[in-house]
Formats: sequence, C-alpha cells, structure tokens
Amino acid sequence: MINSNEIIDDIANKEYEFGFSTDIEMEIAPPGLNEDIIRFISAKKNEPEWLLEWRLKGFAAFKKMEFPKWQHFKMPELNLQAVSYYAAPRKKKQLNSLDEVDPELLATFEKLGIPLNEQKALAGVAVDAVFDSVSVATTFKTKLKEMGVIFCSFGEAVQEYPDLVKKYLGSVVPHTDNIFAALNSAVFSDGSFVYIPKGVRCPMELSTYFRINAQNTGQFERTLIIADDNSYVSYLEGCTAPMRDENQLHAAVVELVALEQAEIKYSTVQNWYPGDKDGKGGIYNFVTKRGICKGAGSKISWTQVETGSAITWKYPSVILQGDYSEGEFYSVAVVRNRQIADTGTKIHHIGKGTKSRIISKGISAGHGDNSYRGLVAVGPRAENARNFTQCDSLLIGNQCGSHTFPYIESRNKTAMIEHEATTSKIGEDQIFYLNQRGIDTEKAVALIVNGYVKEVLNQLPMEFAVEAQKLLSITLEGSVG
Amino acid sequence: MLTIKNLHAEVEGKKILKGINLEINKGETHAIMGPNGSGKSSLASVLAGRDNYTVTEGEVWFNGKNLLELSPEDRAREGVFLAFQYPVEIPGVSNLNFLKTALNEIRTYKGLPPLEAKEFLKLTKEKQQLVDFHSNLMNRSLNEGFSGGEKKRNEIFQLAMLDPQLAILDETDSGLDIDALRIVSNGVNKLRDAEKSFVVITHYQRLLEYIIPDFVHVLYNGRIIKTGTKELALELEERGYDWLKEELHLKESV
Repeated sequence: MINSNEIIDDIANKEYEFGFSTDIEMEIAPPGLNEDIIRFISAKKNEPEWLLEWRLKGFAAFKKMEFPKWQHFKMPELNLQAVSYYAAPRKKKQLNSLDEVDPELLATFEKLGIPLNEQKALAGVAVDAVFDSVSVATTFKTKLKEMGVIFCSFGEAVQEYPDLVKKYLGSVVPHTDNIFAALNSAVFSDGSFVYIPKGVRCPMELSTYFRINAQNTGQFERTLIIADDNSYVSYLEGCTAPMRDENQLHAAVVELVALEQAEIKYSTVQNWYPGDKDGKGGIYNFVTKRGICKGAGSKISWTQVETGSAITWKYPSVILQGDYSEGEFYSVAVVRNRQIADTGTKIHHIGKGTKSRIISKGISAGHGDNSYRGLVAVGPRAENARNFTQCDSLLIGNQCGSHTFPYIESRNKTAMIEHEATTSKIGEDQIFYLNQRGIDTEKAVALIVNGYVKEVLNQLPMEFAVEAQKLLSITLEGSVG
Repeated sequence: MLTIKNLHAEVEGKKILKGINLEINKGETHAIMGPNGSGKSSLASVLAGRDNYTVTEGEVWFNGKNLLELSPEDRAREGVFLAFQYPVEIPGVSNLNFLKTALNEIRTYKGLPPLEAKEFLKLTKEKQQLVDFHSNLMNRSLNEGFSGGEKKRNEIFQLAMLDPQLAILDETDSGLDIDALRIVSNGVNKLRDAEKSFVVITHYQRLLEYIIPDFVHVLYNGRIIKTGTKELALELEERGYDWLKEELHLKESV
C-alpha cells in the first residue's frame, strides 16, 4: 500500500507541464530600471508624447514608494535593476496577418494548446497571444470589428484608438495606486485592449494568453476593458512560463470599466511556473486588478483559478459606484510545495442598492501557505447595500497553512453584510471510505476537490471549466496519503 | 471464499487481534458478536485495509488471492465491501456522482465498460427501493446532513449497487430504531443469495432476529472463543458474555 510520504514525494517530482522554453531570436533591452529604458520602450512602441509623460509620472511615483509590509509572507528580495524590461521576438518585417507570424511562435502557442490559426481555434473564442513583452497575434479581429468590438493589443490601441486609451488608462488603477502599479505604469510593454460599443453583446469569449519565455525579464502587461452602456463581454486570461531557477516578476495591471447596465465577466486561469519542490524559482505574480461599475445597474464579475506562481499576490476588486450595480468575486487558490498565495478582493459599495458576492475557496497542500484577505467597505451613500461572503479553506496534509483576514467597514446603517467561513481537512477517513468503494486515492482527492470548488468552476466559460478541472487534478495529484 | 488464518494485528503498538481463524464459504452469513473492545470492528478494518492497523502475523485469502497484499481499493474491486459503523460525510460530492465513480472504477477493474447513464439510473432506481432510500438523497452531498438511519440505509443501498461477493456489516444496527432496523435487514435479506457471503458484526441479538445467520462467533480479547449457530446468539442475549469469559479463564488456568 502506498503511504503518505511516497505520495508526497510523487507530487514533488511531478513536472510542470508547460516548462519548455522557445528558442527564438529576441530583442532584449539591457537590464536596469531608469528613465532611459522607459524612453526606449516608449520609442520602440512609437508612442505619443502624452503616454511617455504618463510613464514618467509613474516612474516618479514608483521611486517615492516602498514595498508593503502588511502581507502574510516574507517579501522576497527583488533586484529590479537586474531585470530586463523589454523582450520581444525580433520581427523580420511588419506583420499584416497571422500568416506572417513567426512559425516558431505559432508552434509555441500550439504546444500550449492555444492554436492561433483561426481554422484550428476553439470556436467562439478570440485570442490575443502575448509573448514576453509583446502581443504576437490576435485572432478573429476582423470578425469582431464587424460588430464594432475592438479587441487588439494595447500597443495597437494606443495607435488606433488613442482617445479611448487616454480617457480610461489609469482611471481605475492610477499610477500612484501601489508600488507595483506604479512600476507597471512606467514600464508596461503590451497587453490587451477591449472596447464593446453600446448595446453590443460580444458574440465570442475574448481571451488573452500570456507567455513568459525570456530569461531575466519581467512581464508588465496592461489590460484595459471598457464595456459601454448595455453591453456584455466575457473575457479570459491564461498564462504559463518555462521552468527557470531564478524568480521572475509578473506585475500586471488590469482595469475594467462597466458603464450603464453593462456587464463584464473576467476569468483567470493562472498557471505560471510555481517553482520546484524546495521553492526554487517560480513566478512572483504581483498583479493589480480592479474594475469600476461606473454606470447604474452595471455588473463586474471576477473568477480566478490560481494554481501556479511561487507567490500569488492580488486582490481583484470592484468599485460599485453606479446605483444598483453588482460585483462578484469567485476564487479558487491552490498552493502546494512551497507556494504562497495572499489573495482575495476588495469591494467598495458607493452607490445605493449595490450588491456583492464573494466566494473564496482556498486549497493548501504540502508546505503551501494560503491567505484570504478581503475588504468589504460600505460608504455613507450606499443605502441598502448587500454583501455575502463565503470563505472556505481546505487543508491537505499537516504541513500547510491557511489564514483568513476579512475586513468589513460599514458607514451605512442599512447595509447588510454576511460573512461565512469554514475550514476543513481532507481526512484519512474520507479517503479510506472512498478507497473502500473501489476509488483510488488520486481519484478520491480529485472527487473531493472538484466537489469543493464546483461553485467557482461553474462560473467559468464552459470550455475553460473543463480545463480548469483538469488543471486542478494535475496540480493536486498525489497530495494526500 | 474467505480464509483467515491465525491473524494477528495491532494498532499503535497495541495488540488487537491475537490469532483469528475463520473460514467463510459462498452464500454463508456469519455473525460476529462480542463485548465492547473485543476486536470486532478492528477485524472489519483489517479486512478492508485501513492503514493504521498493522498485521503482524497470519494470512487472509480471498478467492485465492492474498488479501493483505492488496490496496484497500483493490480489495473493494475484488468484491470486499464494508458497511461502515460511522459512514463519513463528504461535502460537495453528490451521492450520485460518488456512486457512479465507484461503480465504474470497479467495472473498469473487471474489464467492463463504464455503465451508460441511462442504465446507471435504472439500476439506481431499482436498488433504492430495496432500502426505501429516498431519491432526493441521491443528489445531496454524500451523507452530509443525513440522519443516522439515512446513513445506514445509504450503506446498504451502496452495497446493493456495487454488488460485492463479501459484505461486512459493521454494527449496521447501531443507532437504528426498530422500523429502520427492519428496513435495513429486509434490504440485506433480499441481497442474500448463493453467491454472496455476509459477515454481520453486532452487539445485539436483535439484528439476528431479522438477518438469520448460519454461524455465530464470539470474539473476545482478539480471538474467537466460541462458535455456534443462531441459538448461541439467543443464549448470549440471555446470559451475557460473562459465563463465556469465565469458561475461557478456567480453560486458560488449567
């Protein structure tokens, strides 16, 4: 019979499936963080003067800021001067269509399960593929354009739709928000841009796939999604990185703007390289994600499945400014080996009759350490605001940690705020019970975990729910004895 | 079908089973009785393969296979079923999904294709009736919030679904009122046939009025100290266990 130690050894040796790297000719800026590199990036991208100014303001803010100290983990030493802030596959010439994308890049994404060829692509999903610092391809762009939907790389949006970018960039996450947002404002390279015009229900899932490939680089992308009045969009991001011994920083910023009666559904399946069993290597995923329900009756929903990264540190948040607007946060965060997650959400109820719902499911295995940190703030104007929070932790084994830091601030007497929390452990009794019915331990854990996260996975677009379920079972393979 | 030879087992260094010998043939029902702490449930756990028990001596053969070498799931797949004394609750996993997974794992082991959804549901409906198992419990999480009686009925329902060769009922009667006891026993009786064997572990003769055993064994201090037929159970009911213990001590002091 297999005992727990053997199984724990098993997962430790389990390889990260997406750990390969692509050998391609790259243009990489020399390491170092200074005004010159910011000017270099801006020039590389042929940016207008106002954007360079904005970057420089971000850099000035960054220089005045310090790393936070409140997080529930030891802040790793980040040598930001040793990082290269720009890495792009060298272009042979200007690209006009997908056919001109370097075959090596197409092959890389194909290998990751993201075919960029529209014929092969998943029906109903448009993809923007970001490789290190740049977007290499966006599928179904033309088809979407027919409906007025803009889906392109951030760089392209700056050239083609400067007014929209200028109006909304930094409007939800200002360059002074936090040190990583400031850094991102200064050096962001690419990302995705989405605009859904009034009254349009986006006919496809929009998706960005982020791939870090180059060594000693950071990835600092920026995503901006604007849903105009009465529109709807569902957007998904996925990410992977090669296995490397040194840590790499991923400090992205995502801004969502929902105008009147608009709805944005943003899903993340995060599978960055988590580091090895001793915690060597892995991505630091320090991301600022925030949405604003600007218009009345609008809705923003975050769903995240976080299985990768050495450290995941993010709080996808919603500002409920419009009256009767709604915010949701559904999260599954898995840590194992030496992984750390300090994640949750912040919901600011500003408008009256605003509603929010938070469902967080943490899973901790191995020596992993998982924290839920959340804020529900109700302002004085938010008559009859409602919040429901459920925060569950599942422990696998005896070495892992799980913590909950819920903050509630209410400045309105009519607000109703509910918080429920549970902690459970996959018990040997449960496993034995399932074993006794002919179900082996791996399947038993998968059965229990899938049952536990069902409520969150149900929020994902169908195609991805299946993927996420598979990813979870791979991630947790062999974590119980 | 099942042969237990000189089985010794301990848990956390404490000797629990001290030389069990038992032969169970196809179609037989054996009752195992005995006072608290005599090792009845431990015997069930050792047969099912619970890993906090260490077998220190002896052998167990099941249909020609060395049972002790098999993992708990393979024992189950070979046809050993344990109806638990305290069935666990598994939140989030529906009864239906659990049963389908279990049934198909066992089928795969036997080289059979998984059961089609339609057939599975048909089988479920049929077996539910055996123990009057309400269909709204099927979509609920496994045993979560079930009453004591519902949990025990669920065990017998699973037994009916998985159709094992050997079923060990570990104090299935505990915590049941008289009506539930009758339902559960009737269910078990309907499942009895020439191919299936039962080991019924119980404290009380009451259950054996419904499930009439072919043999009754008394387990005491890790050993079977007396074997008889159903009359032995009646005698135990009347006289308790003390006379047997005295008999044993007399024998041992000679």
